[in-house]
Formats: sequence, structure tokens, C-alpha cells
Amino acid sequence: MKTKLLSILLLTLACASGAALCSAPRASWTLLPVLAVLFLCLTMRLPRTVRFTAGLGLLLIAIPFAGFTNTFLFELGIQIGIFSALALGLNVVVGMAGLLDLGYAAFFAIGAYTWAIFGSTQASYFMNGNFPLAGWPYFYLFAALAVLTAAITGILIGLPALRLRGDYLAVVTLGLGEVVRVLANNLDHPVNITNGPQGISPVERPPIPWLMDLLHIFNPDASPALGYALFFYLLVIAIIGLVVLINVRLDHSRFGRAWVAIREDEIAARAMGISLTRTKLFAFATGAAFSGAMGAVFAAKQRFISPESFTLLQSITILGMVILGGMGSIRGAILGAALVTLLNIEVLKSCSDFLNTLRQTGFVLDLGFFQYNFALLPSQLEPAKYERMIFGLILVLMMIFRPQGLIPEVRHRLELEKDD
Amino acid sequence: MRIPSIIITLLLALTFTTRADNQVIRIATCCPLSGAQAGLGEYIKLGAQMAVEGAQPRFAELGFNLQLFPQDDQATPDVGVAVANRLVNDASVLGVVGHFNSGVAIPASEVYKDYHLAMVSPANTNPKVTDRRYANVSRICGRDDVQGPVGAEFAVNELKAQRIFIVQDKTAYGQGVAEAFRDKAKALGANIVGFTGTEEKSNFSTIVRLIQVHKPDLVYLGGIYDQAGVLVKQMREKGIEAVFMGPDAFDSSEFVKIAQDASAGTIYTTVAGPIDQFPAAKDFASNFEAQFHRAPESFAPYAYDAANVVIAALEAAIRANNGARPSRQAVCTAIRAVTMDGITGKIAFDAKGDRLTSDYYIVKLETASYPGKAIKVISSAPPQ
Amino acid sequence: MSGDVLIQILPSVLLEGLLLGFVYAMIALGYTMVYGVLGLINFAHSEVFMIGAVTGAEVYRHLLPHVGNPYLLLAISITTAAAVSGGTAMAIERLAYRPLRRRGNTNRLVPLITAIGISFFLQDLVRLIEGMWHNEFFVNYPSTPALERTFQITEMLSIQMKAIIVITVSLAMLVGLQLLVTRTRLGKAMRAVAQDAHTASLMGINPDQIISRTFLIGGALGGVAGVLFGVLYTKVDPFVGFLPGIRAFTAAVLGGIGSIPGAMLGGILLGQLETSAGVYLPLLTDGNIGTEYKDIFGFLILVLFLLFRPQGILGRKEGEKL
Repeated sequence: MKTKLLSILLLTLACASGAALCSAPRASWTLLPVLAVLFLCLTMRLPRTVRFTAGLGLLLIAIPFAGFTNTFLFELGIQIGIFSALALGLNVVVGMAGLLDLGYAAFFAIGAYTWAIFGSTQASYFMNGNFPLAGWPYFYLFAALAVLTAAITGILIGLPALRLRGDYLAVVTLGLGEVVRVLANNLDHPVNITNGPQGISPVERPPIPWLMDLLHIFNPDASPALGYALFFYLLVIAIIGLVVLINVRLDHSRFGRAWVAIREDEIAARAMGISLTRTKLFAFATGAAFSGAMGAVFAAKQRFISPESFTLLQSITILGMVILGGMGSIRGAILGAALVTLLNIEVLKSCSDFLNTLRQTGFVLDLGFFQYNFALLPSQLEPAKYERMIFGLILVLMMIFRPQGLIPEVRHRLELEKDD
Repeated sequence: MRIPSIIITLLLALTFTTRADNQVIRIATCCPLSGAQAGLGEYIKLGAQMAVEGAQPRFAELGFNLQLFPQDDQATPDVGVAVANRLVNDASVLGVVGHFNSGVAIPASEVYKDYHLAMVSPANTNPKVTDRRYANVSRICGRDDVQGPVGAEFAVNELKAQRIFIVQDKTAYGQGVAEAFRDKAKALGANIVGFTGTEEKSNFSTIVRLIQVHKPDLVYLGGIYDQAGVLVKQMREKGIEAVFMGPDAFDSSEFVKIAQDASAGTIYTTVAGPIDQFPAAKDFASNFEAQFHRAPESFAPYAYDAANVVIAALEAAIRANNGARPSRQAVCTAIRAVTMDGITGKIAFDAKGDRLTSDYYIVKLETASYPGKAIKVISSAPPQ
Repeated sequence: MSGDVLIQILPSVLLEGLLLGFVYAMIALGYTMVYGVLGLINFAHSEVFMIGAVTGAEVYRHLLPHVGNPYLLLAISITTAAAVSGGTAMAIERLAYRPLRRRGNTNRLVPLITAIGISFFLQDLVRLIEGMWHNEFFVNYPSTPALERTFQITEMLSIQMKAIIVITVSLAMLVGLQLLVTRTRLGKAMRAVAQDAHTASLMGINPDQIISRTFLIGGALGGVAGVLFGVLYTKVDPFVGFLPGIRAFTAAVLGGIGSIPGAMLGGILLGQLETSAGVYLPLLTDGNIGTEYKDIFGFLILVLFLLFRPQGILGRKEGEKL
């Protein structure tokens, strides 16, 4: 009975928040209830169908509809989606298999460069052919190829890592991650493969006549920009769906159990007949494959790729997402990615804009006993400048007060709750 | 759990930004305000702030509330693109002054282009920024492929440099200008004895050693003053007497502060004329110092000019629209029609968005003090 | 490039590598000591180093008009920086790591993320303070003729006074630390906690206190390294810790993390490798592989090395617990 009531409540909330978003797509407060409902869809213990209906309804109907007026929603969705896929991939390596990887952005880079090189004129610097490859099958073909190359790189990086444990593994992956970035930054001579720090642009996007035709039915003035925003938004959601599906299947498979076994106790796992080599390499390859796919999408979406996107900081941020959400937890990885991305490109920015508006309009805060004129706020205290500081503080507080993450993995929860 | 959730809730609650009404016009600045490049990015914000605050009374008379809208792109392409998407969806934003990094400006301007939002760049010297011929993208600063060759011509023809060693900072800017310098110097018959990149910021001992081995008579660094100051200091400490030369990113009093005595004799190319030739620039410098208690450095004058170009275009577009709020498209068109005397020289744009002709100044720091003296002016038009 | 030159510059390349190596070694000690007692990578240590470098520069700059003797001035800067850095490291342990330990958290990634958070926080905090104070972003070590006096040994080899100071100070610190760890009660207690904190506590040692002191000593060394780094290379800023931090961490792993002589050896080795790769790679390949590859060269060596000796040079093979 209670479940039924809650389900109805959730669905009602979903409808209401969706309607509110569509009625005022540009007001940022309307995004809040939608996010809250999506958060509930991830966390509440309700029948799967209910959560899926509410969540997908919002993601596939309300947000695209509101996005026609406020395309920033698409951008937000795409970035959250890309980072979710990365967090899910890293979650396989770090969360499930317990292998600390500090160079994860390298696979993202490899995916991105795989498409960027051939989806622009860059490839003609070192091979013959008619570049960019712009026809429709090419992007999908190369996205698949990106998955493959990233997976192979994952195995190559995993090979030396096999012999190492814990912190040694961390420094080796960190080093190899840097190697990939430095190579991307330097391989513009003697042979120009990556165009070095200048980056590659413009990168082709797959043609989407079908989507434009569809859009023109609803809105005859729809621009290609809007079409592509919608296209990448839908593409990212589809990929996330696929990634989650693979993740869930893997988690419940022989491999998933083997990963957890080696995470908890390598020796015991080996004694049980688990092949460490195969299991670890498979973890590296799977984790890398997800980020390879998203790399290709990222390249096409940004239309520009340069080594600056694949720094150690990026790897660390993704790791932060996984830990924040709860290691080993699939829903946690998505939540972590969503929160960090939101914090980074929406919440903190809005705070800055808000304080800045107060400053410029000379708003006076009057609490009776305390008055402050915001026009006097010194420019060194500009809130926009301290976004990283706030992010750092949140990470620390989070780790002190809820180290198991927002949505802990079930196995992990049991382990942390028992007294050590 | 409680404390973090309270913080997150508080932050989310702050998202209730007061969205602007129809009378608000915002000029956004996009540059790194946090992270390692914040020091440079901040001058872009401050320069634009000066211009906007100067124009606010004029806009109030027109019935508009002009505001500065500073954004932090964190010097990373993904944040830059996200910021760009935020801006195009805020109807009050009618112009962008930014970005700082070419690597951020190129993908972000793809977004602006789709929504006809004008971007006037104070700092992106990469040729690609305007070579895509987007109607909404213009720039105040020079081009790497003009500035590099201008420097090379001076180095080879005037300074008679025969052996040149080139260092670059492995960024789009530094590498671009260093390669342009190298190609021109080579064409003029100089011997390029070394060309190397480095991401180092403080320890240049290996590069200094390489320079010592190759015995060049001129060292060119494609990079920014914070690197340049340290490199030249370490060079002089090791007794290398070669002339030290670089692009417009050397143009900062901080360079002298870092390099100290070693800065004497350094030569750089820039489009920003020395203050004694532009009376307006002198006023700008003193006002800037009065307001922010520091000298206008690096890209502050360019940002000031960039913001003033947007302001002038806005005023023209408002007038053309009978005093009503102009469309973004109209602002883009008006920017290309702007001609004005900026503090970095005469400003007018060609069809690509580069300045029609730029005077490039060769500036030399005769003693270890800033500013230096312009020893030569070279007029150069951007390639078409 | 003729072979003669390559050999002629070798002594000075080695000298520069040694200088860099000593700085790395002193930072690496901070990583390795904390790892020894707690088994965690204190990623925020690079910020402790940075705070030392910035504090030292501020002290140096402000006292320059008042203190005539540059050596005395340097000594004051080093002491202040060591105190501030040590204090910061202790504060980090007290405020961020101890609450984690109290909860009996066994997950090693949690302190890692905490450290990263602290890193972000401290970088911007220092920037905020510096910005409020004098609008500038970086701080300089003003040059003093006495420290920059150059002794020409041969035509291609010269050494500056400040290099001599760096070598002397770091050698004294390294030897001092080794004596502290092997000869004093505190050192014994530290080793005991490193072996087994629980058992050590049964022997009348307060592990929290020992851990706190370990952070103090490691932090102070990091602070001294910061000042020496600044004196050698002039300019420091709130982000100066990142690269040396990563490299010193690599050095600690190379030497065998947890081992104090290992960190020294690893630091010096990495400093040498990096410097000689930076000079000889471009010379030998005729500029095709430039100095820009020197960092990944260091990493590649590390990876190869760890493949054959996963516990590092002097690290003890971790007994596999059953």
C-alpha cells in the first residue's frame, strides 16, 4: 500500500516538475524540482517500472521540450552524460575491481583522438585519402573503433600494472596517463598526428537529416545547432543506457563476482581459481571501452580537441565522482557524475552570477544587527574565483562525514557498517 | 551526511538567480578566474570592468542597465563550452569579451556562432580564431602569424641574429608564434640552432644548458612573461649573453619583477603601443591604478578596448533600432562597422574580424624597468 | 653535435641533476614518512611544499631591507617556512585525516580524495591571501649578489653560492632525519607505529601523537624544500607545488615507498634522469625529440623499473597477508 502511494506520489511529482520546467525553461529554479525527482528515481526503493517511467519521462520528454527554449539544458545533460559514462567506466576498474587508476582520462583522450583525427583533415598529414570522413556511417564506425582502441590501450596499460598493487599501481597509471597526454601534445613533429597543442578542429559531426526532418514538424525554424544539441543529448542517453545495462549484467556475472573477490582479497580469490591476469585485464579493457566511446562523442560534440581536456586533473575529477557517489555502485557513479558536473558548471556559476548581480546593483544585506553593502565586496573576493576552493571543501567534508559515498554499494555498505 | 547535504541544498538554493529584466544588457567576460592561469585571466575581467563602468551612465540615459557578467572558464575547453552555452541562453547577454586561451575560444565560439552572439577576443592570437570567418568573432589582439614574422624580420635584419635558439611553452599560443617566427627567420637566412618545447614553469636548467651548448646570439621564447622572466634570469645567471626576445605576452611589469636585473635588454613585439604615444592609454593606466590599486598588465588594455568595441557597437545598434533593445545579430554587424581610437591604437575590422592594419611595436627594455621604449614601428596587415 | 661537447657538459648536467634531486628527495621524504606510518598517499603534501615556498619568499622579501646578512636572512626564511609548513601538515592530519581514522575506515581511496580536496582548497586559499595582501599572484625570491656569486671551476662547469647552500642544507636535513629515525626515542616510536600501530599503542606509545609528529617533520622538510626550490629557481606561486609534488611522489615510489633512504635515493635518481634526459635527448636526436619529453621519460623509466622490481629500489617486498 505504502509503495503504491509513494509510486503515485513520485509520478505526480515527475509530471508537476516536468510541467514547471516546460512552462519556464529559462528560470533556473525550475530545474531544481526536476533534478530532485531524478534524484529520487535513482535512490528510492520503488518498483523499477515506476522509477523508470518517471525518470525517462523527464529525461526524454520534459527536458528536450524545455531544451528547445533553453539549450543550456542539453549542454548540461550532455556533459552529465559524458561524465556519467566515464564515472561508470572508472567504477568498473576502481569500484568493482579495486584497481586504483589515476590516469583514466587517457582512454577518453584515445577515443576522442580516434574520431578527431579521421573526422577532420588532420589524417591527411600522414596518410592518403579523402579526409574528413563525413558520410553517415563513418562516425558510428569510428565510435566503435574508439571503443576498440581504448580497450586495447586499457589492456596495454593494464599489463605492466598486473604485477603491481595499491599505490604502485596508482603511480604507474598516473604516469601512463601523463604519457598519453604528453604524446598528444608533442606528436605534431616529426610526423603530425595530433597537431600538438593547437588541437584539431573542426571535427565533423554525423549528418542528422532524419532528426532535422522530425524537428521541422514541430518547429519549422529549428536550426541545425538545436538539432545537434538534441541529437547529442539523445545519443548520450542511449549510450548511458547501454553502459548501465552492460554494467549491471557484468556486476551479476562471473566477472563481476571475480572483480569483487580480487578487490576484497587477491590471495583468497586466486585460491578460488580466479585468474588474476584475465580478470584484471578485462576490468581495464571494459572500463577503458566506455570512455573510448564517450571520447568519440565528445570530439564530435565539441568539434575541437586539444590535449588540455585530458589532464591529470580530469582523471582526478572523475575519480572524485566515483568516490562521491559510492565506489562500486552503478547508481552512485551516475549520481556522483551528475552532482560534480552540476556543481561545476551550474550551481557554482549561478552562485557567482548571483553574488555578482548583488554587487553590481549595490544590494545591502540588512539583518538588523548586521549590515553589508555588496557593492563594497572587494574584487579579490569575487566568488567566481573560488569555485575550485569550494569544490575542494565539499570533497573533504564529504569524505569525513559520508566516506561510503551517497549511494553505497550494497556489499560495501554491509562491510562498512560492521564494526572493525 | 547532514552537513554536506545542507551545503549542497544551500548552494542549490542560491541558484535562484534574479533573471534580468528587459532593460538589462550584459557584457560577459570569459577567462580563467581560478586555477593556475587566474592571474592573467583576471586582467581581462578588470579591463572590461573599467570599460563597462565607464559606459554605464551613457546606457542609463538610453534607458538600459549595462552590466558586466564575469565568467570563469577555468582555462579548460569543456568548462568554456558549458559557459558559452549558459551565455547564449541568457537573453540579456549581448556580447562576450574573451576568452583567454585559444584552445577554449575555438570550441566556445562554435557555440556563440550558432546563436549569433558576438565575441570580441582580447587575447586569442591563434590564426584559426578568425580564419574560420565567423561573422560574430573578432579580435583586438594581433595574430601569431603576423607577430612572429615581424619579430623574425627585426631579429634577422636589424639585430643581425645569425644563430637563433627557439623555446616554446607547448600551448597553442606559444607554439603558434614560435613556429611562425622560426619559419620566417629561416626564410631570411638565419640558422635555427634549436627548437624545443617545455611545460616547465620554474626549472629551466636543461634548456639553459642546451642554449649554452648551441651558443646562439638570440634566444626567442614563445611563451608568457611568468615563464620568460624565470628563463631569462636563469640564462643570465649561467652567463649567457644572447639577446632575449619574445611576443606580446612579455608585455608586463611582472616580467621585470621576476627577472629583476636580468630583464634589461629584453625585446618583444606587441600591438599595444607604449603609453607615451597614446594619451588615452595614459589616462586608462592611471584610472586603472586608482580603482584596482595595481598597474594594468598583460591583456587589460586589450580587454578594455574589446569591451569598448562591444559597447560602441551596442550603442550604434540601439540607435539604429530606435532606442529599443537590439538583436544579437545586429550587434555582430555593428561590431564589424566600428571604427574607433582605442588605447591599443586605431581599431577597425576586416571581413574576417582581424584589425585592418595593426602597428606592431618592437619594444626594448633598455634597463630593468617597465615600460620599455618602442624602438621600431612596423605596420602590417593581416593575411587575407 | 660532436661527442666532445656531450662529455664536456656532463659534469654540469650531473650537478644540476643533483640539485634538483636533493629538492625532490626532501619532498619525497614527506610522502614516504606519512606512507610509512599511515599507509596512505598524502597528495596534499605538494601544497605543504608550496606553502613553505610562498612563506619563505614573503619572509625573505619583507626582511630583506632589515637584515643585512643574506645567509642569516635565508636561515630565518627556512626556519619560518619549516615551521609554517610543519604546522600546516599537522593541521591537515588533525582536521582531515584523523576524523577518517577515528571512523575506522579501511578504504584507502577515501583519504586520497580528501587529500585532493585539501589540495584544491589550499591552492586557492593561498591565492586568496596573496591576492588580498598585495594583488599579486606569485612571489619572488629577490636576487642577492652574495647568493648568486659564481665559482668557475672549469670552462663548462661553474657552481653558484646558492647551489652550495642547497646541497649543504639538504644533506644536513637528510642526515639529520636519518639520525632522528634511527637513534632517538621518537624515531623508534615512529618505526614501531609504522610496523603495527595497534601493538605500538600497547607498548605505551600514543600513535596519534607519533602520527602528528611525523606529519610535522615531513611537512617541515617539505617547507625547507620549498624555500630551496624558490632560491634556486626564483619564482613561486600557489600552483608551484603540483609538478614537483608529482615528481617527488614518483621518486618516493621509485625508491620504495615507506623507506627513508629509498626516498633520498629515488629523488636524486629522478633528478639526474630528468636533467640528463632533458639535455641529452634533444642533443642526441638532433632536436627531433625535444626537452618536452623529459617528464614522460622519467615516468617510462619508472614503469619499466617497477615491472622488474615492483617494491622499488630499497622497498621491502610486501608480505602477502593471509
